[in-house]
Amino acid sequence: MAHYYLGYFSLALYAASFLCYARILYVPDLWVGRIATLLLASGIVMHYFALLERSRWIHTVPYNDLYGSMSLFAWLLGVTYLGLEVFHRQRSVGAFVTLLLIVWIIMLAALAPNETPPPPPARGPLFAFHVTLNTWAYASFALSFVLSVIYLGQDRVLRSRKLATPFWRFPALDVLDRMARSSVYVGLAALMMGVVMGLVWQHRLSGGYSWGDPKVLITLAILAAYAAYLRLSRSASWRGARAAKLCAFNFVVVLFSYTFVNLYLTRFHRFF
Amino acid sequence: MPTATKTKRSGAARVYVALIGCSHRTAPVEIRERVTFSPEQAVMAAGELRRQGILEEAVVLSTCNRSELYGVPAEPGPRVADAMEVFLTSFHGVPRADLDGRLYRWTGADAVRHLYRVASGLDSMMLGESEILGQLRTAYGQALDHGSTGPVLNRMFQGAIEVGKRVRSETEVGARPMSVALAGVKLAERVFGDLKGHSALILGAGAVAELVVENLRNRGIGSLRVVNRSYDRAAELAQRMGGEAIEWSSLEGVLGVPDIVIASVGGTGAVLTRALLERAISAREGRPMFVVDLGVPRNVTDDATGLYNLYLYNIDDLGQIVDQNKKAREAEIPRAEAIVSEHIAKFEAWRAALEAGSIVDDLRDSFHKHREMLIREKLSEMDDVSPEERARIAHITEELIERVLEQPSQKLRRSREMRGHLAGLDALRHLFGLDAAKDEEKD
Repeated sequence: MAHYYLGYFSLALYAASFLCYARILYVPDLWVGRIATLLLASGIVMHYFALLERSRWIHTVPYNDLYGSMSLFAWLLGVTYLGLEVFHRQRSVGAFVTLLLIVWIIMLAALAPNETPPPPPARGPLFAFHVTLNTWAYASFALSFVLSVIYLGQDRVLRSRKLATPFWRFPALDVLDRMARSSVYVGLAALMMGVVMGLVWQHRLSGGYSWGDPKVLITLAILAAYAAYLRLSRSASWRGARAAKLCAFNFVVVLFSYTFVNLYLTRFHRFF
Repeated sequence: MPTATKTKRSGAARVYVALIGCSHRTAPVEIRERVTFSPEQAVMAAGELRRQGILEEAVVLSTCNRSELYGVPAEPGPRVADAMEVFLTSFHGVPRADLDGRLYRWTGADAVRHLYRVASGLDSMMLGESEILGQLRTAYGQALDHGSTGPVLNRMFQGAIEVGKRVRSETEVGARPMSVALAGVKLAERVFGDLKGHSALILGAGAVAELVVENLRNRGIGSLRVVNRSYDRAAELAQRMGGEAIEWSSLEGVLGVPDIVIASVGGTGAVLTRALLERAISAREGRPMFVVDLGVPRNVTDDATGLYNLYLYNIDDLGQIVDQNKKAREAEIPRAEAIVSEHIAKFEAWRAALEAGSIVDDLRDSFHKHREMLIREKLSEMDDVSPEERARIAHITEELIERVLEQPSQKLRRSREMRGHLAGLDALRHLFGLDAAKDEEKD
């Protein structure tokens, strides 16, 4: 049960990180910002060990059940954000992302199984990469959603001219736009690789492809939708708030795919 | 409210200062732009106020955020402010009803306090902003050059300039001045982030535009273009700031290039219309455009507000920033106010000294008048008094008056001791019937 303690510890680190990120929204302080990043990185490392310990405990991959899958999603969200923060040198979104992580992990506690789930049939590393990459893509899209929502909020505040103190600490619209696009690039790359690996794995298993499966269809639609976002966000009539709205809407489709399609429509992707 | 007058009504130097005006605190830009004065109009108005006998001394202070008339009236009293208001409305052809509740009126020490707070930037939209001190100095300088000031306004405005300097050098309010120009640039950073590599266009080559350019340069703005009706002024500013001057006629052609447009064309009304900006954004392939309209009257038409990817702010919108700056700097306000109060006390002391000096002179005149009457009356009954004795009596009574007045004269001249005793001076004046005596004399 060490993974539970490691999980709580990572949650505590995320919470401490959130407090520091929230603090720098009001009082800019380079060192508090650095501590926030350090705490987030520590939380991610601890979260990784929690996932590892749990995999050892259940003798399988972390995504074997809904709890593990959602925990992996949270971890990948944290990793992606940390990467973007370092790349774009922007900490002001941290408060929102860490808050999302905290809420997500607290929700997870309700899903924690009391018994060890039975080990799944062995599907091989290709399948493991397929699932992990797709989860990473969803996490990246979730991050782009958060960034787009902040963009829209920031845009609205700028237009309403009611500028509260934290407004000045948020990233500029241009930075939010670039961060959201970076996040979508990561998500698209992960999703494309994940889809390819899934197709290869299925071909090896059955010698064919299930193109008609709703999960496959909606995943291809998601790929097209995010590719369209990347294209339109540079066009004259879409760049700015309209592109941010499209990005946010795309994530609604992702959520639909992750939940409703997985649970009710697909035959090959119904795992839990 | 203490009131003082510098009037020749009683022959005494009593200091009365009156002020009327409106600012961003009392009137929106739609009202302010209707009562704004160009530098030439300010000089003309000050002269006219004196010519019409409303004021003996006059200074008109007009900026983007305020239009104020300062003066020393010929006849003090509540009607002065009315006369000044009538003058202001008729000068601009604005119905008085339109300014109902928009104008403030201050007299005496309150007027002085208001001016000192204005000079300190404490009354500015952007707390502690530095532009106002320069504008105040210019307004006063112009009035001085055209002979519309006098000893009272000279003292008052010189004091205001000193207060403004002290507040900025001795408090944090002045140490890190935030100007309207800087606020606009900071807002642009909310849209574009780092301004390096971005381009800007400055419309108008006035003082405010120059400050904006300075701030943009400090933030490493990429390219800079200056457009002004006077090409020479644009060229001069562009050369000084390392930008490019553009002919006014080429404005539409170059409007699609800059990310940031700072419009501060004075006294011309709208220069940038919705259609013009729409074409510019289209030429930019939809990239966001940030426009700060610092002009009063506004340089950008109202209907441009809703354009997609256009972030438009006028001078009132920048007031949103003021609240934040105030919060950050309000800790410094008490220190700044203390400096203001110190200088008000100095002005009051000067005023007291002026009035004290005059009251001694009035008392002396009164005593001498009574002495002469008494001597004339009594000596006419004494036929046995020789001319030498008469002269001696006259000399002794004169000396008596001087001795009696010596101590109060000294005390009154020590003006610092007289702070807070101004009511006493008035009582003294009343007790000896000095004003009545003078009025009778005048009649």
